[in-house]
Amino acid sequence: MSETENGNLARLWRYLLPLVIFVVLVGFMWRGLSLNPREIPSALINKPVPAFVLPLLHDPTKTLSAADMKGKVWLLNVWGSWCVSCRYEHPVLNALAKKGVVPIIGLNWKDRPEDAKSWLVKFGDPYKLSVSDLEGRVAIDFGVYGAPETFVIDKAGMIRFKHTGPISEEMMNQTLVPMIQGLNKA
Amino acid sequence: MIDSTNTSTGAAPGAFLSGKARQWLTFISFASLLAVGAVSAQTATPEMPPMKPELEARLKKLETELRCLVCQNQTLAESPAGLAGDLRREVRMLAESGKSDSEIKEHLKARYGDFVLYKPELDARTLLLWFGPFLLLAGGALIVVLVNRRIRPSPAVPPALNEQDRDRASKLLGDE
Repeated sequence: MSETENGNLARLWRYLLPLVIFVVLVGFMWRGLSLNPREIPSALINKPVPAFVLPLLHDPTKTLSAADMKGKVWLLNVWGSWCVSCRYEHPVLNALAKKGVVPIIGLNWKDRPEDAKSWLVKFGDPYKLSVSDLEGRVAIDFGVYGAPETFVIDKAGMIRFKHTGPISEEMMNQTLVPMIQGLNKA
Repeated sequence: MIDSTNTSTGAAPGAFLSGKARQWLTFISFASLLAVGAVSAQTATPEMPPMKPELEARLKKLETELRCLVCQNQTLAESPAGLAGDLRREVRMLAESGKSDSEIKEHLKARYGDFVLYKPELDARTLLLWFGPFLLLAGGALIVVLVNRRIRPSPAVPPALNEQDRDRASKLLGDE
């Protein structure tokens, strides 16, 4: 009796095991499909914002440094007039600027200042200030690998959040604004 | 090449997947219209003066150990992307300021994370990555051994002879 039971169990396993392996494989692959290989976790979360001094886009005789922003919660948005996704994101930034919850600083990445300025005239300027990173060296310090990228920096000058790719309206309302309000209270 | 890869970087992130299909479609048509023309305006990495052959050889090797973050399956040495050019310049500047290879790697790792290293480091998190294949191999070998053992016929033990058999055997062998 118990011998046939064992036999049945062994036979059952022989059929079940491939099925189990198959299900596990499908599980992994399914998960893989919804992962974005380009979303590289930032090495800079909870690290101090890299020190930089860059000329202002609209007045290159003046500069802005990371230290100038200390004591404020602020957003750094990496953009370029050559960047299609930035253009797609732009209305969302304009809306965010209109809310007035946070100053947005633009890092104009490897752009021609003339192109950048006319782009802002054409599509609106959500930036409190834009700084020019003509050679892209500051962008490297920020670990930038594709525009647009957005960093949330807290009052102490720590990077709290980074997003690569355009910010959607949902993301602005559900993630960014609450996060900024939270950091402002802290 | 340089700039179209940049475009796809911007376009890729998963925020879209959760967005509305219409937005998505708008974006695709928009992007495909503009991708070629609009992005070619990104400024190129400025030319650098030629370097000493020793340094060039050293950097060439180092660049094969670093990943281009735009064309993800290429190393810095082989990638034509704009960012790769900038990173090569950065690596060269660091090398010229006297930094060692491992210091340069640390410098980039602090900015771009482990991902920038083309060959993952060996640590607790990457143990499975490094040794997983050997584990699988060992598992396969174990299965082969077990299955083999089960199907191989057990060595025949001759049944004990009784009187009759013994008589017959001696007859056949002819030692009457």
